[in-house]
Amino acid sequence: MIPASWFLALSGVLFALGVLAFLIKKDLLLMFLAVEVMLNAANLAFVAFARRHGLLEGQAAVFFIITVAAAEAAVGLAIILLVFRRKKTVKADEISVLKG
Amino acid sequence: MKEAFWMIPLFPAVGALGLLVFGSRLRRGAVSFLGCLTVLASFLLSLASFLGLSATAAAGGGPRIKVLFDWLDAGRLSAGLSFQFDALTAVMALVVTGVSFVIHVYSVGYMKGDRSYARYFGLLNLFVFSMLLLVMASNMIVLFIGWEGVGLCSYLLIGFWFEKPAAAAAGKKAFLINRIGDAAFLVGILFLVLFVGGTEFRLIERAALNGELGAGAATLIGLLLFAGACGKSAQLPLYVWLPDAMEGPTPVSALIHAATMVTAGVYMVARLNPLYSLSPAALETVAVVGAATAVFAATMACVQNDIKRVLAYSTISQLGYMFIGCGVGAYAAGIFHLFTHAFFKSLLFLSAGSVMHALSGELDIRRMGGLRRHLPLTYAAFLTGTIAISGVPFFSGFFSKDAILTKAFASGRHVVWALGLLAAVMTAFYMFRLLLRVFHGQERLEPSAKARLHESPPVMTVPLLILAFCSAAGGYLSLPVVFGKGLDRFPRYLESVILPGAEAHLSRGTEWLLIATSTAVALVGIVLAFLFYGRRTVVPETLIRTFPRLYRLVADKYYIDELYGAVIVNPLLRGSEAVYRDFDVRVIDGAVNGAARLTARAGKGLNVLQTGRVRDYALALLVGVLIVVGFLVL
Repeated sequence: MIPASWFLALSGVLFALGVLAFLIKKDLLLMFLAVEVMLNAANLAFVAFARRHGLLEGQAAVFFIITVAAAEAAVGLAIILLVFRRKKTVKADEISVLKG
Repeated sequence: MKEAFWMIPLFPAVGALGLLVFGSRLRRGAVSFLGCLTVLASFLLSLASFLGLSATAAAGGGPRIKVLFDWLDAGRLSAGLSFQFDALTAVMALVVTGVSFVIHVYSVGYMKGDRSYARYFGLLNLFVFSMLLLVMASNMIVLFIGWEGVGLCSYLLIGFWFEKPAAAAAGKKAFLINRIGDAAFLVGILFLVLFVGGTEFRLIERAALNGELGAGAATLIGLLLFAGACGKSAQLPLYVWLPDAMEGPTPVSALIHAATMVTAGVYMVARLNPLYSLSPAALETVAVVGAATAVFAATMACVQNDIKRVLAYSTISQLGYMFIGCGVGAYAAGIFHLFTHAFFKSLLFLSAGSVMHALSGELDIRRMGGLRRHLPLTYAAFLTGTIAISGVPFFSGFFSKDAILTKAFASGRHVVWALGLLAAVMTAFYMFRLLLRVFHGQERLEPSAKARLHESPPVMTVPLLILAFCSAAGGYLSLPVVFGKGLDRFPRYLESVILPGAEAHLSRGTEWLLIATSTAVALVGIVLAFLFYGRRTVVPETLIRTFPRLYRLVADKYYIDELYGAVIVNPLLRGSEAVYRDFDVRVIDGAVNGAARLTARAGKGLNVLQTGRVRDYALALLVGVLIVVGFLVL
């Protein structure tokens, strides 16, 4: 059986990749994708711990996260679509109206 | 009914409230009716209480006190809203409500065409209410409320025609100068709380009689309270507001001078007579200030050409007399002069108002003269008032003035007595000068005023006749002792309130001599006036030419207003301006603006962090998380 620590290591690597991508990429869609990667890294950690301790709560939490992620994807993509309509771009650096 | 006296001030209070709130919606007839009725009700209730008091006075017992509720109760200080009714209150309440009622009726005619008719009557009622609060209070706190109330009302009524800058300024002046005295008055009350432990008049009297109150404390309190009285009763050096107060409507002047306001100081001193009697120094001050004011104001009255201002200076002078009376320990004589003065001074003012009414507002006596043929009733009233105030024998002013002068002589203060006589000569002189210039001699009217010359309507002349009767007859309530035993009803009536001091008794011969002196002095003044102003005005004109400097000095009121302006008002103004310019603008505003500028600068410095780029925010977030995690792990 594969030890839980491997799953956790994979989860950590995935999360780090997500953060890195979020910071490096300029395209809103790709940044969104990076967020999804981070979410799934968290999911993996949840199920790994659930299996190690023999508890179901962790797996239940994953279902919640998947559901919320689906809803978030719907809202997030809609926002990106509207931003594109208004600004004719999805490059994050070009959308900086909050600059002080 | 025995306890109903506390409702006396209630009627004018209701009237004032009603008229000031709803008055503008009422018809004029309703306003006059309500305004006069409330004061009349007060007067009738005062009369009933007075009769009830006389009936029970034989049975003995202290003053009647009605505590409405405990108002203040903090540490040593406790004061209830409580009223008291005794002989002194009865006299004051009757004078205040009686004279005020007559003035209210007169005002119906005098103010007929005024725009703010309801406001006028509302304020008049409020004035009467404040004064009644003052004279009926059973402790200094409630008295102080009334004291401030009359100050406020005088401000509102002197500045009644506030569109006129002079009237607005006069109202402000009256208010501010009163404030100076009131500050001292308040400190006096606080010392009273400190030394006596309360402000109830009974408590003060007991403390004074038991010797709990030392002479030093009594002097301190007495002088502080007297400073307040100087402001309210227009004595040196705080008298300057009263002549300017002539800017108000004439009935208001009559009210201020006769019934309400200026008599408050005299009443206060008489009310606290046990305290003042403890302190010879305070009494001496009262007498000297009174005598000095009496002479000083009389000199100015001799040269003024404004009919109302002459009367104003005359009031200041007569108030000086009342303080002489109080200062020599003859409180009852002081109150008696207050009583007679209320009649003849309101009579004189209302007659002057009638003259102004007839002449379309003319005030300058140089443009009057010969009016006795046109205004016979007003002339008769003014003549009665003049005779009464001049101290012609058998009119009220003679008896009250003589009582004060006799007591002053008997107390051994001969300088005060001599000053009083000097003021009496001048009083007779300037009053007859006024009478001759206004009603006798050639007509010097403006043609436009002459065309509209008319006697006043009955609503104005009937009050004059009532007051004329009182001015003539009021003196018979207290005849000198030499006229027979038991004729001094007035002082004997007040004996329950005013403790009889150690009186120096004069021989019959001396008393007669004093009476003869007073009479002679009055006659000298009158004869002088006739010599100066009888047919032609040669003598005064020659005098003015001979002593032009002196004349200007007195006619310009000794430059006291200018002096106050130069010594107090201007330095204050300049100082305030300097403080405004150098401290306020630079330091205060500088600090505030500096704080704002600092915030702006800091914001500008920090806003480089606000890039608007999502990635920068995300990086900051990551760094933050790493720091927190680092802390938790390590």
